[in-house]
Amino acid sequence: MFAYVVKRLLSGVVVLFLISLSVFLLFWYGPSEPAQTICDNDTSNRCTPARLEVFRENLGFNNPWYEEYGTFMKGVVAGREIQFGSTTKFDCPAPCLGYSYRTKAPVFEEMKTRMPATFSVAIGGAFLYLTLGVPIGVAAARRRGTVADKALVSSFLVVSSIPYYLFALLTWLFLTISWEIPFFSETGYFPITENPAKWFAGMALAWFALGAFGCTTYTRYSRGSMVEVLNEDYIRTAKAKGLRDNTVVYKHALRSALVPVITIFGIEFGTLLAGTIFTERIFNIDGIGLWALQAVNQRDLPVVAATAIFGAAVLIISNIVVDVIYSVLDPRVRLS
Amino acid sequence: MTITSPSSAPSPTDVDGPYLQVEDLTVSFPTEDGPVQAVKGLSYSVELGKTLGIVGESGSGKSVSSMAVMGLHDEKSSDITGSIRVGGTEIVGLPDSRMRKLRGNSMAMIFQDALAALHPFYRVGDQLAEAYTMHHPKASKRDGRRKAIEMLDRVGIPQPDRRVDDFAHQFSGGMRQRVMIAMGLINDPSLLIADEPTTALDVTVQAQILDLLQDLQREFNSAVIIITHDLGVIAEMADEVLVMYAGRCVEFGTTKEILTSPEMPYSWGLLSSIPEVGASTDARLIPIPGNPPSLLKPPSGCSFHPRCAHRDKVPGDLCFTELPGLTPASNRAGHLKRCHLSNPQEIYRTEVLPEIAPDLVEETR
Amino acid sequence: MSQDPNAKVGVDSSEIGANAAETGERDLSHRDTDVVDDHETVHAPLDFHELAEQGHAATELDLEAEPIITVDNLKMYFPVKSSGLVRRTVGHVQAVDGVSFEVPRGGSLGLVGESGCGKSTTGRLITRLYKPTGGSMMFDGKDLAKLSSSQMRPLRRDVQMIFQDPYTSLNPRHTVGQIVGSPLAVHNIVPKNKILPRVQELLEVVGLNPEHYNRYPNEFSGGQRQRIGIARALTLNPRLLVADEPVSALDVSIQAQVVNLLQDLQREFDIAFLFIAHDLAVVRHFCPEVAVMYLGKIVEIGDRDTIYGHAHHPYTQALLSAVPDVKQAAVGGRRERIRLEGDVPSPINPPSGCRFRTRCQFAQEICAKVEPPLLQIGKRHKVACHFAGELGSHPATPVTTDLLAVDDQGTPVPGATPTNEQLTIPGYEKTWYDLKSRQTTGV
Repeated sequence: MFAYVVKRLLSGVVVLFLISLSVFLLFWYGPSEPAQTICDNDTSNRCTPARLEVFRENLGFNNPWYEEYGTFMKGVVAGREIQFGSTTKFDCPAPCLGYSYRTKAPVFEEMKTRMPATFSVAIGGAFLYLTLGVPIGVAAARRRGTVADKALVSSFLVVSSIPYYLFALLTWLFLTISWEIPFFSETGYFPITENPAKWFAGMALAWFALGAFGCTTYTRYSRGSMVEVLNEDYIRTAKAKGLRDNTVVYKHALRSALVPVITIFGIEFGTLLAGTIFTERIFNIDGIGLWALQAVNQRDLPVVAATAIFGAAVLIISNIVVDVIYSVLDPRVRLS
Repeated sequence: MTITSPSSAPSPTDVDGPYLQVEDLTVSFPTEDGPVQAVKGLSYSVELGKTLGIVGESGSGKSVSSMAVMGLHDEKSSDITGSIRVGGTEIVGLPDSRMRKLRGNSMAMIFQDALAALHPFYRVGDQLAEAYTMHHPKASKRDGRRKAIEMLDRVGIPQPDRRVDDFAHQFSGGMRQRVMIAMGLINDPSLLIADEPTTALDVTVQAQILDLLQDLQREFNSAVIIITHDLGVIAEMADEVLVMYAGRCVEFGTTKEILTSPEMPYSWGLLSSIPEVGASTDARLIPIPGNPPSLLKPPSGCSFHPRCAHRDKVPGDLCFTELPGLTPASNRAGHLKRCHLSNPQEIYRTEVLPEIAPDLVEETR
Repeated sequence: MSQDPNAKVGVDSSEIGANAAETGERDLSHRDTDVVDDHETVHAPLDFHELAEQGHAATELDLEAEPIITVDNLKMYFPVKSSGLVRRTVGHVQAVDGVSFEVPRGGSLGLVGESGCGKSTTGRLITRLYKPTGGSMMFDGKDLAKLSSSQMRPLRRDVQMIFQDPYTSLNPRHTVGQIVGSPLAVHNIVPKNKILPRVQELLEVVGLNPEHYNRYPNEFSGGQRQRIGIARALTLNPRLLVADEPVSALDVSIQAQVVNLLQDLQREFDIAFLFIAHDLAVVRHFCPEVAVMYLGKIVEIGDRDTIYGHAHHPYTQALLSAVPDVKQAAVGGRRERIRLEGDVPSPINPPSGCRFRTRCQFAQEICAKVEPPLLQIGKRHKVACHFAGELGSHPATPVTTDLLAVDDQGTPVPGATPTNEQLTIPGYEKTWYDLKSRQTTGV
């Protein structure tokens, strides 16, 4: 098991290299001028070609990309100095992910302040859709073919066919604007350490949107998995032993039915942790997703690179965790 | 071994007559295309200490009828009429809460594919202990585990105290089947139904499992039903045989009667289409033509008539129009057959036997 | 069998005998084609004598036939890799370990044994689904074991395989016509417009309705699917068919239909069969010669009467005694059985010397030291046992000592030379070692 995790982590590191490399190349050979952003910001939009050239030189865009990539990597490990204009030099300690072109603030520090927001959204939303979706799915599976089941499946199908951003917007529209429910009035991230109640209220709408929408998917997964498991021979054996119906469903069937659901969840949760752009944008949450979106819009290379690497790292780790959990849940699986 | 059956289960000693009595059992499933009658008017009985063999192929209803005895059909998707009495208790119509007390307790069923029939994620010891503690609510977890190890030992699994914590996939095929038997017998059932218990196993392992079943039956004095298509297993294990076709009983008698002097063309077909290790090399393998019947649109009259090679021996079109009743055969009133032929034993002796067992023709004369 | 999770009824469709046409999986509103019709029922003679004529007795042995394939010392070792960061090969699963036999042209050899004996692997080696680790397989003067994939391709027309499970060995997304016709397309045997007539011809030969070539496998019953598999194997006019458990997944009455069909095909097209099965009765009916395998080796091989009536190897005897017997019904109760103790050992670490010795009641010291060779002890009978003998008359001292130049405990005798060096040629010699006289005799 240990050897397996090590192997996966090593290959994960390779993936991270490749991703950061791709981002770099995108900026070096991409369609837009990488130094434009910082030039505009620094000169209050009066960027001249001469000034642009200065920035290009300082930021290293006139050097070959592999040299700059090397410098970047060195910075991640050991820290480096960054210079923008002709004067200011910043000291960037390890792990140095650069300084944002837009705000001139250290990327790593900003990331640290935004992570709690994204994590709050992700964990709360996931908790909601799991605790709603799985039991509803199980209940539907037990009643498959009945009117209730059919009604549930079709209505959930309708909801899940709505694009998520539209669903989130509608949620906000109805709950905050139209019906003016006071609990949902102020959305956004408020640090949990300062005011837990406000934190909760601020997240509530985002959780509701994520939870309700995700619930439809997880209900479907759970129901499908449960239906399949209920037809297995070992469930028939359990019934033949004289076990109560609830024991058969919740102890025997659910244990098997959850395994594929958990594996899907593991990967989707990784995606959530990497930042949910729509949710953060619509509900005004200063998370990593929103930050990444802004950075791409403004060609803020260091932030884009950092969020890409962060997202990749989260996904890699969640993939590894899922594989390990799977081998724990299913004794027949041995990792190799 | 002490028998600690909860009070709701019938004790074997206070039952008159056969432990299991099935009368006119009909099981049908409503489907989109109409009702499918998987079992029609089936009647049989099994006494304690005796073994009934049920022989049939796909669509014969052999498994469906046994699942009905165990009450394993979903109430909402099946229609069961008739009577099934286990130890005096009527099963048909019994509410599930009372049915559960019998299932796995005084009556148990073991299935064909032990790998699929055991939960892959729980240790076998836990599954065994669960079967025990379910029906012995005062037993502790330790008791359950102790009983599990005891049963594993009883069915011949070496090092039971170590293997009790293994998973199903860690056992070989034969060992897994023993685990299933252990689970079925852990509560000393008076009725054991074995659905194709050895079909997936190697022949030497099969012999060991059959030995085990016989030993256990002798020890617990249970009534046993073996469902199989292997006539050799029937020959060695069953006292009486029920041949099923298209949901009905088509012949019933002692093992010797069915295997040496059957009186129904389907039984003849079975005997002629199964090769024998000891048969003469001149014996022909004569398959039954056609396919098993559809239960959605069953044939009219006798269900076997589309595949019967002897229907021209029955005058008129009786076979097409009238379902034969279950009538006594020529040698004994208890030997029943469902066929319109008037002289079956003569046809068997003069036509069928010379083809399929030329060496036996002398013996049966 | 897994069921459709969306089924409204919790009933397995095969249990109620319905096929796909009836459970509504395909819309068959064509009234002109009778969907449920089966070739057999429409044209089946319903006269018992005609039916009996179509049934076959056990296939006879043709003594004159030349071998079509000669397998010599075939080996297949699968590497076992260690877990961990670096995967080293820590051992081998000796699935097939030095197997030699011949299959006569147009005849059959049965290969029997229990799980793990290597019979299925042997079948796959013959069809080159695996490349052997060692040994040779001479077919038409070419060694199949040594050919490259491209050299093998034209020969694949001559050696084909029928698989066990008719439910999983047919691609559910291909029509029957595609399944049966694709070998023709792959090997470019006939022009495209001639493929369909050939497919229909083959469907007819195996007893299916030739008009059903556009149907999908799920519309057929198990027995019919097996026929489709057989038709596919016949497409290229093979000369050797490896049948790996061709009937064990079928209903009993259908098994007989398929066995009869194979016998018909064998006669009509002069096809040789390597018939792999665990059902000793079916093998006896189909194969005039049988080889018994245990843990990767052949322990006994010979013609049908010798193996089933005069088996000399303790394992064969145990196997035969374990088969339930219908005649027992006349006598009542169970036969006396030879009980084998223990489990089959692991093929990664097989016992030294004779592999069967850990479960054999006659095993002595020599069995652990010296592996018994597959020795010819009759005109068409070979056995690999130091104490070979008929049931009840196994010798007390080993019979192979002179031949191997060892003493009764298996230690080599200094100075003595083995008298018969060619102990494991694939076919039969004209002389053999008679056990009673302990001398080489012969024709």
